[in-house]
Order: sequence, then structure tokens, then C-alpha cells
Amino acid sequence: MRLSASGLACLRGMRAIFTDIGFELQAGQALAVVGPNGAGKSSLLRLIAGLLPASAGQIDLLGGDSDLTVAEQAHYQGHLDAFKASLTVAENLAFWISYLGGARRPEEALAATGLEDLASLPAGYLSAGQRRRLSLARLVAVWRPIWLLDEPGSALDAAGQARLTELMRDHLAGGGMIVAATHAPLGVECETLQLGRSAPSPLEGEGWGGGSSGVPGTLTLTPNPSPQGGGEQSRAPDQS
Amino acid sequence: MTPLSALLVRDMRLAVRVGGGALMGVLFFLIVVTLVPFAVGPDLAQLQRIGPAILWIGALLASLLALDRLFAADHEDGSLDLLLMGRAPLELVVLVKAAAHWITTGLPLVLVTPLLGLFLNLEPSAIGRTALALLLGTPALTCIGLVGAALSVALRRGGLLLPVLVLPLTVPVLIFGVAASSAPAAAPATALMILGALTLMSVVLGPFAAAAALRHGLE
Repeated sequence: MRLSASGLACLRGMRAIFTDIGFELQAGQALAVVGPNGAGKSSLLRLIAGLLPASAGQIDLLGGDSDLTVAEQAHYQGHLDAFKASLTVAENLAFWISYLGGARRPEEALAATGLEDLASLPAGYLSAGQRRRLSLARLVAVWRPIWLLDEPGSALDAAGQARLTELMRDHLAGGGMIVAATHAPLGVECETLQLGRSAPSPLEGEGWGGGSSGVPGTLTLTPNPSPQGGGEQSRAPDQS
Repeated sequence: MTPLSALLVRDMRLAVRVGGGALMGVLFFLIVVTLVPFAVGPDLAQLQRIGPAILWIGALLASLLALDRLFAADHEDGSLDLLLMGRAPLELVVLVKAAAHWITTGLPLVLVTPLLGLFLNLEPSAIGRTALALLLGTPALTCIGLVGAALSVALRRGGLLLPVLVLPLTVPVLIFGVAASSAPAAAPATALMILGALTLMSVVLGPFAAAAALRHGLE
């Protein structure tokens, strides 16, 4: 299985967030998307998840289920947890398992993330870190080959981080793929995709998205470290 | 459980839990209908004449009341993203959400109508006709409102925009609903059939329009 993206561009409002981004992931590989705030890391994840329209480029999953879109074969864990405060932890998880078509029981997934004692508590009482663990439980409970994680380690304590690393390792070992937007090291072997901006203020200049790189206001992907200075080559193998 | 039945159960459960909107519509309906006799005065014949119209206006406003939360609540906590990424067709997802909304807010309005009809000095036959017309017409109100709810999902204070968008479209339902509730001399059977046609049309078209609005509103 192979996830490949090429020539991706994202326009929000009248502003190019990034242009001409590409990457390729084999089964069992992880990709860390790094870059400063506002560089478009979350936008790239939402674009792969089908939640933002791509203004150019395409994403393909080779070897996946051809009847399903890439988004339907992916898990998306954003900044919001998608849990209802008035439903219990177990009810929330059971709903998502049914809706997303998972086969595992909620109890197993809760045990895998250390939440088994909180199953009957309304989700509104959970702390930020516990909610994060609950959304991890959703990833574990329903198999999807692609995990799109936005800041997966945020709000997690040391034990939670360790569990996250362990779950990501298991997922990769099972032939899955991970694309994570992160500021902290991911904790698993991964390649790095650097999103950066070539001009300090994206509001200056009139040439947004003009197609060429280095135009003020155009955010381009630069390899890390950059061999050609402001180029737009995509992937830099950076085993960390 | 299949994805869609799980969604139906979840939405109905949310509506009846703390913070859900199931009882709010009924309470609002009750308030509107009890206030009118105070405003109109103790003229029983007049109340009897305008009773069905009052019930319909009350039901129309009450069914719009909780509609703005239909997608906005899911949008705010991120659930809408995951609902969109699911494998069930979005049109059916939207239809199921509308069904859950109607069962928890529209159907209770129909059920309390006989009681409120007594407040307005309606005869048993008129109460029956009004309840039947409401049973047939409230799904149309929900499905028309669905489109407005989907259009205003990403807007803050979208609750104010929703009635402006939706109320003009509900006018035909109101006209034929009240006509179907009126005395037999005014041929309510024809109006009832047109009301049924309006409901069928909005149940079929509403989910497609709402799903298109949700897809288009992705940002």
C-alpha cells in the first residue's frame, strides 16, 4: 500500500497557504509534518482527510480499497475530539465504532489507552489529556490504514506519550501509515516534511499563488536542509 | 448496529439528555399557545376560529427553535468532520439526523396538540384535523429547516440567520397546513393532499440540498 500526493496546493480565502507539495509514504512508514505556526500543517492534514478542497494536485492511495476515497480509509484526529459531553465515555466510543464500522469492542480500546475505569463517566468530565486518550481509543478501535494526527502528543502526560508511541509503532508494524503534524519529536522512525514560509508576512505582495516559488506571500515547501534555497522539492529523508 | 442506526440512536439520546433540545420546543409551543388567549381576549368563538392557525404558528416557530443546533453542535466539537469522513452517503447521514430531530422535537409537538387544542376551545373534530395536519406537515418543516441549518453551520450567531433563510420557504406548508386543519366546508382533504406532497418533496430534496451545503461549506 502506498499513499502518494503530488502538486498539492491549498488556498484559504484569497491566500495561498502552501503550493506544490508532494510526498510518498509506503505501508509501515510515518511522515512528520513540521513547520512554524501558520505554515499549513493542519491544512495539509485536513486536505488529505477530504475536509478541505485542494486547489491543485492529487492524493492517491495505491493498493487500498478502490471503492473508497482516501478520506474514507483514514482516521483524522484534529484539535477537536468529537465527543459529546452528555454521553458517557463508553457510549461515545461505541457510537464512533458503529458509525465508522469497526469490529472491536469499546472495552478493549479503552483498556489499550488506560481509560477502562472511566467508561461510565460522562465525557464532559474528562480532562484534556483524558479526552486525547479517548480519541486515541477511537483510532485503535476502528482499523484505518492511514492515521492523520494533528499534534498527537498535546495534553498527554508521560505515560500517555509512551502509550501513544506504542500504539503508533503497532499501527506501523501492522502495515499502517501515519501523517502527523507535530512540533515535538514523533517518537517513531519517520520522514520529515518541512512546511515553511518564504516571506515573513503573507499579507504583503499581490502575487499569491502565482505559480512560481519565492513570490512574496507564497508559502512553499523547502527541503530540510535546503539544497537550492527556496526551492520547492518535496521530500527530504530525515531518519530521526 | 449499522452506522446510520447508531447515528439515529446517538442523536435521539443527545436530545433527551441534559442540554438537549427535545423539551424546549414543546415548552415554547405551550407558551405561545397559552399567551394568545390572553392577548385575544375571552371571546370563545373567535378563539375557536383562529385556533388552528395559532397552533400552526406555534408549531412552526417551535420546530425552528432547536434547528440551528442540528449541525452547529457537531461542527463545534469536531464530530461533523468525522461524520463527513464516514463511509455512509452524506445525504443519508443528513436524512437520519433530520429523522432524529423530528422524532425528538416534531413528534412531541403533534402529541401535545390535543391538549393545547382544548386551551383554544377547539372541537374534538377540529383537534383531530389539526393534529393530523401537523403530523403530516412537521416533517416538511424539519427538512426545509435542515437546508438552512446546513447553510449556516459555520457561522457564529447562525441561529439568527436561520429563520430569515427558512421562514419564507415554510409559508406554503403553513398555508396548506392551516387549510387542512380548518372546517370541512373549506375542503381540507385537498389541502391535506397538497400538504403531503410538500412533505414528500422536502423530505426528498432537503437532504440533497443540505448535504451539498455541508460539502460546499468545508473550510
